[in-house]
Amino acid sequence: MIESRIDSIKDDLELFDDDLQKYEYIIDLGKSLPNLEEEHKKDENLVQGCTSKVWLICEKKDDILVFKADSNAAIVKGLVKIILTIFNNLSAKEILDFDTQILQKLNLQEIITPNRQSGVQGMIKRIKEYAKAFA
Amino acid sequence: MYKNDFPFFKNSSVTYLDNAATTQKPQAVLNKILEYYTNYCSNTHRSNHGDANKATKEFEETRTILKEFINAKDESEIIFTKGVTESLNMVASIFAKEFKTIIISSIEHHSNITPWHMQNRTLHQGLEVVNIKENLEFDFEHFEELLKANPNSFVSITHVSNAFGVKHNIKKIAKLTHKYNSYLMVDGAQSLAHFEIDVQDLDVDFYAISSHKTYGPTGVGALYVKQELLEKLKTYQTGGATINDVNFQRSLMLSSPYKFEAGTQNIADVIAFKEALKYIKNIGYKTIHTIEEEIYSYLHNELKKIENIILYNNVENSIVSKSFNIKDINSEDIGILLDKMHIAVRAGHHCAQPIMKKLNIDGTIRVSIAFYNTKEDIDIFIKALKKAITMLKD
Repeated sequence: MIESRIDSIKDDLELFDDDLQKYEYIIDLGKSLPNLEEEHKKDENLVQGCTSKVWLICEKKDDILVFKADSNAAIVKGLVKIILTIFNNLSAKEILDFDTQILQKLNLQEIITPNRQSGVQGMIKRIKEYAKAFA
Repeated sequence: MYKNDFPFFKNSSVTYLDNAATTQKPQAVLNKILEYYTNYCSNTHRSNHGDANKATKEFEETRTILKEFINAKDESEIIFTKGVTESLNMVASIFAKEFKTIIISSIEHHSNITPWHMQNRTLHQGLEVVNIKENLEFDFEHFEELLKANPNSFVSITHVSNAFGVKHNIKKIAKLTHKYNSYLMVDGAQSLAHFEIDVQDLDVDFYAISSHKTYGPTGVGALYVKQELLEKLKTYQTGGATINDVNFQRSLMLSSPYKFEAGTQNIADVIAFKEALKYIKNIGYKTIHTIEEEIYSYLHNELKKIENIILYNNVENSIVSKSFNIKDINSEDIGILLDKMHIAVRAGHHCAQPIMKKLNIDGTIRVSIAFYNTKEDIDIFIKALKKAITMLKD
C-alpha cells in the first residue's frame, strides 16, 4: 500500500518540468495540511534535524496510527504533507516493515537541499519511533 | 564592469548576493594557486633548494603585504591561521583564558561565543555581554558599566556584524577597553573587503582577518597581535617549523610569527591571498566604497518598497548587508525559492542564534553585496523576491 502511495506522489511531482513549478505544487500541498493545534506545538514534539520547525504527533486509533504535523515554513509543510500521505493510517507493523530506501524513488534529493534532507530523515525516524512505541 | 575580473561570473548564471558568506575570487588569485602547484610546489622554511626558497619568499611576501595593508608595525605581528574562527579560538585558548572576565556583544556570531563556552564561561559566570540598542548599535553606556565593574578584562567584539552588517566604532571601543586596563580583540571577518583597516590607528590588541571573505582563497586567515603582547602569547600548537632547537630535555621555540605556525601551512592559498590584497589595492578602497555605497542604498530603497517588509538595520549604521523578513513568511522558504530562481542569498540564523532569539525571530534573509555587484543584480533579485512572496502568500 505504501508503495502505491509513493508512486502516486511521484507521478504528481513528475508533472512539473521546472523546479519552481514543483515548489509551487509543494507549497499548495502544505496549504492543504490542517494546522496543528497550538497546544501540540511544543518542544517535545519537535522533529530533530530540521532547519525549520516541524512538530509531529501520533495517536493510535484501533490498530491504525494517525499522524498530525505542522511546520513554520511553507515549503517544509508541503514536504510534511507528502510524508504524512505516505505514512498515515497504517498499522505500526506496516510502518516498521517499510524499507525507507523506496522513498528515493521520489527524488526528493533533487528538489530539497542537503540540510532539509536531514529534516525529512528526522521525520521518518520519528515516525518509526512512534510505530515502535505503538507496536 | 569588475565582474570580468572574476571567472565565476563567466561560468555561472547565478546572481551572487551572498558575499558576507564568501566572496568570489579574481583571476589573479586563481592563477597564483595554479602557478605554485605547477611551477614551484615545495615546502616553506625548511629545504634550501631553489623552489623551496621561491615558495618561502612568496609566502613571506604575503606577510609583508598584509603588514602594510593593515599598517602593522612589524611582520612578527602577522600570524597566519586557518581563518577568523581559528584566530579567535587561538587567542581564547592561549591568552584570554587567564582573564577573570570576557566581554563580548550580543550581536556576535557563534565563532565569538562558543570558544568562551568551551571554557565553561556562561553569562555572568566569566562572560559578560554588551547590550545592543534597538537599532542594533553597540550600547557604549552598558559597555562602560561592564568595564567599570570588571576592569582587567578581555574584550572580543566584531567589527561588522555578519548577520546585520552593523559597523561598530572600534576606535571608541578600544579607547574605553584600554581605559579600564583591558585588552581588545576584534573579529574583522566582514571588514577588510570593504574598508581600510589601520590597526595602529584603531589601537586594537588582536585583529582577526579572513582571506576568503576578502577575495582570497578559503582556509587562510591571519591574526594581528600587537607587538608588545607577542612575548606574553604562549605557543598554540607546536611541531614542525616552530622550533629553534630540540633535544630530549627541552624544546626552544622560534620567535613570532614562526612559533605560532606549526606544521606545513596552507602555502598555495597564503601565497594567493596576496594577489587578492594587491587586487583590492589596485582598485582602491575609495572606488570600492563609492560603488558599494551606491548599490547598498539602491538595495535599501528598493526593499523599502516591498509590502510587509521588516528591515532590521538602517543604511547609516551598517554596510553592504541587508537583513530582512517578510511578515508571516518564513525566511528559509524565500531563500529556497530565490535559489530556484538562481539568486544566491543566505536565509536563516546566520550562525548568530543569540541575536535572533533576542529579536524573537528564527532568522532573516540576508542580501550581502560586493563592489562587483551592479544595480541590475539588485533589480533581478527584487523581481525574484516579489515572485517568491506571491508564491508563498496565503
